[in-house]
Amino acid sequence: MTGRWLVRGARPLGGAPADILIDGTVIAEVSRSARDRGPAGSGPVKVLDADGLIALPGLVDLHTHLREPGREDAETVASGTAAAALGGFTAVHAMANTEPTADTAGVVEQVWRLGIQAGHCDVRPVGAVTAGLGGTQLAELGAMADSAARVRVFSDDGRCVADATLMRRALEYVKAFDGIIAQHAQEPRLTEGAQLNEGAMSARLGLAGWPAVAEEAIIARDCLLAAHVGSALHICHVSTAGSVEIIRWAKSKGWWVTAEVTPHHLLLTDELAAGYDPVFKVNPPLRTADDVAALRAGLADGTIDCVATDHAPHPAEYKETEWSVASFGMTGLETALRAVHEAMVGTGLLDWAQVADRMSTRPAAIGRLDGHGRGVEAGAPANLVLYDPAHVAAVDPAATASRSRNTPFAGMKLPGRVVATFLRGTPTVLDGRLAS
Amino acid sequence: MAGVPEPAAARAAHPPGREGDSGRGSDSGSSSDGSRISDTDRLSGGSLRRPGKAVLGPDEIRRALARIGHEILERTDGASDVVLLGIPTRGVPLARRLSARLGQTEGLAVPVGSLDITLYRDDLRLRPARTLGHTEVPDWGIDGKIVILVDDVLYSGRTVRAALDALGDIGRPRAVQLAVLVDRGHRELPIRPDYVGKNLPTAKRESVRVLLTETDGEDLVTLTVSGEVTR
Amino acid sequence: MKRHLISAADLSLDDAVAILDTAEELARLAERPIPKLPTLRGRTVVNLFYEDSTRTRISFEAAAKRLSADVINFSAKGSSVAKGESLKDTALTLQAMGADAVVIRHSASGAPHRLAGWVRGSVINAGDGTHEHPTQALLDAFTIRRRLGRLDGLKVAIVGDILHSRVARSNVWLLRTLGAEVTLVAPPTLVPVAVGTWPCSVSYDLSAVLPGSDVVMMLRVQHERMTDAYFPSVREYSRRYGLDTDRMALLPDHAIVMHPGPMNRGVEIAADVADSVRSTIVEQVTNGVSVRMAVLYLLLGGAPEAGGPQGRGSQEGRDGGERVLARAAAGHAAGRGTEAGL
Repeated sequence: MTGRWLVRGARPLGGAPADILIDGTVIAEVSRSARDRGPAGSGPVKVLDADGLIALPGLVDLHTHLREPGREDAETVASGTAAAALGGFTAVHAMANTEPTADTAGVVEQVWRLGIQAGHCDVRPVGAVTAGLGGTQLAELGAMADSAARVRVFSDDGRCVADATLMRRALEYVKAFDGIIAQHAQEPRLTEGAQLNEGAMSARLGLAGWPAVAEEAIIARDCLLAAHVGSALHICHVSTAGSVEIIRWAKSKGWWVTAEVTPHHLLLTDELAAGYDPVFKVNPPLRTADDVAALRAGLADGTIDCVATDHAPHPAEYKETEWSVASFGMTGLETALRAVHEAMVGTGLLDWAQVADRMSTRPAAIGRLDGHGRGVEAGAPANLVLYDPAHVAAVDPAATASRSRNTPFAGMKLPGRVVATFLRGTPTVLDGRLAS
Repeated sequence: MAGVPEPAAARAAHPPGREGDSGRGSDSGSSSDGSRISDTDRLSGGSLRRPGKAVLGPDEIRRALARIGHEILERTDGASDVVLLGIPTRGVPLARRLSARLGQTEGLAVPVGSLDITLYRDDLRLRPARTLGHTEVPDWGIDGKIVILVDDVLYSGRTVRAALDALGDIGRPRAVQLAVLVDRGHRELPIRPDYVGKNLPTAKRESVRVLLTETDGEDLVTLTVSGEVTR
Repeated sequence: MKRHLISAADLSLDDAVAILDTAEELARLAERPIPKLPTLRGRTVVNLFYEDSTRTRISFEAAAKRLSADVINFSAKGSSVAKGESLKDTALTLQAMGADAVVIRHSASGAPHRLAGWVRGSVINAGDGTHEHPTQALLDAFTIRRRLGRLDGLKVAIVGDILHSRVARSNVWLLRTLGAEVTLVAPPTLVPVAVGTWPCSVSYDLSAVLPGSDVVMMLRVQHERMTDAYFPSVREYSRRYGLDTDRMALLPDHAIVMHPGPMNRGVEIAADVADSVRSTIVEQVTNGVSVRMAVLYLLLGGAPEAGGPQGRGSQEGRDGGERVLARAAAGHAAGRGTEAGL
């Protein structure tokens, strides 16, 4: 359904209003006068009135769980990417902890094709680092890289690659095809049976503690390993102040380390666990206000490169239980931009241009994803999100394209609303709804 | 003394709307009636309510108790088998006074105790859980004795009904009698007192308040007409 | 959570004193020829026990029956729960059966909170995971008060696996509310990292703490902790943290020794100590019934609280206060005029 679109009066990266002309799959022109001159070329032009809306490059998520194959009761590629489009995403990286694990070319190609079929956004499968996520043997990383899915990001997310030698080998191996290992930093022995950040809340609530050091120790080790072998390391869902400091130090040495933070870790603390509602149960756990502050500062100064949702859908029966048996995870695709708006723009820590950098440009670069994160400028692929910053509403857990409703923001007022999303010139979302 | 509001400093003020008998100035005994005027309202001189009228002063109360004491002696053949059980809150000091009086004038040691009936009330579910009063049965128990229940005001009779149930779980008295300082009528159950300090016909919208030195700093019985109820 | 007793931390001083005073009155009941009251006639109390605990369940059952309530016992084994029924579905079933109160013991911390969101009646926590066991703390406080005449200003040592103990947690909050000073004694591995935020002291040396203690509360230590490297051996634990007769001799004359049971005789407490006159272990059991009667009465003996249980009741977490108790206590404080603290 590509054609020509004239987006009138949008504010690219939060700047002065301009008209954006989309021709086919690219942005043809961005200027104040596009509307007057009339575009060259043939065919009708559809007009989208974007007065007051911020225009950002389509968001790129480095960390999403689409659950298919195997856990379609929680989510499918179709429903998950629909949620992504509604959240302003034009590309998502689908994590490998599916059933079967995405550790072969066959599975990653299947996920990739499902993404194309659904058509809501680009799906780049993430390949597992170890076979079956077992942590003992490398998966066929090369085969996955060469497959039609062109995997570049590898992660055992959900599990930590805890064996130091195995992590070293993985870091070395992917250098051959410009791959990157994304580590889920969780020292397994220190977190056996852990339920909640280890601190005053866990002590009071009688929930087994998840110490910050379990994350920080692995990050420190892996930064040193990556430097030693000269490879690229990406840290998933950073959650503690200590982790931010270690990453800052590693970067100061010029080491090739990147990091992501989730929207919920920018906004929520472990105090929310007081009522034992497992909607707040997540891996890594919600931490303290000091950690939240450090994460925000880290994202602002670029120590943390990007925001990644770690969208983790779960059916109700896995969340409406006692805390200790509930699954870990929160949904996040549809609320991500709004949460970042609340945590970072509303507090003056980032402007919209920087939001574009953290939520589109850098994740695209880390994922080695061409065609995304390129900015709102002539010649760039027409991957765009139009966002109304003035809207304020409470988050309704039932109003979601995801199959799951486990959002921690239920009932919480968040600013903003994604109005439209364009994927290479084709609108996937119009007026806040999926464009069919 | 009738109807003159006391200075606020002379008494502790209590918040209105408190349940249980624990307030100053008991109203109609521990009946399920529920209407109650607070002290603050009374002290205010009745901007919404008229001040209470004194119906028994300290002398009259003293004489009434003396008379009840004599009557007890007569009707129990010398009170040798009598146990006095006061119903908290104000039945208890009344029972003690009776026992002391019998001790003084007749040289008798009449055992005295208290019987809290909260857990036997028939109106528990009308209000949040009430505080329990203290129950203390004298050492030799009540089996085979003449138990005289003592309360300040007899109204619907439900308190006494509850007390009879409580007694049944404690033992088997030979007989149970009832002594009250004031009988204000309006019985809802077939219960009648054996000893009455004063018969006081009242309207339902009126309230009877008994104050005793042991609990309230003075001896006084007042009758008040309720105005609008403010809660 | 206005209608529930889920956490001792949520009890105000007035609430706690009201329960203890009510229990005192109810304790005399046991001495009567007919130790039964009609107060909760027509009310249904469900014992929902996911963990085996005959002792606690019988205690609650006795308490409810003495108040003439109907008791339904629901134990996890051999029931729909064993077949995988979720807590939520079990709750809805109990709701449909018209339970006025559910007494729940569960291995997961927070289970009573979740249950409170799904049932209309009162929820009483009989022990949830490693979180709290409020009626245990109440009967412990009641026992101390009976034996020593007061709680305010007393020095209480709680000894054992603090990290995993719901009894310890409830006791720390409640004793502090009642004005006692608590010292926790344990090896460093068995003390929570954040214990510094708790209103109590910590010591690693039991012998040093005993001479200044009015009460010593010994906690059961589980052998499984040994395999997880919390301490090297039972022998070493017992030698350093066990209350044997030598250590008992360090206590002041009036001091008492308590244990919530069941005991590991010879591990945390020597047999001679458990059987000594200082020991309150047996009377703790008796007092448990009186205290649980008081809790049942105060929660169920009056009008139901306004406001439904649905929705975010449990999520609000510790918005505390059993309002029923707070109001009863207000009446109590005014009428009795008793001194605060004990």
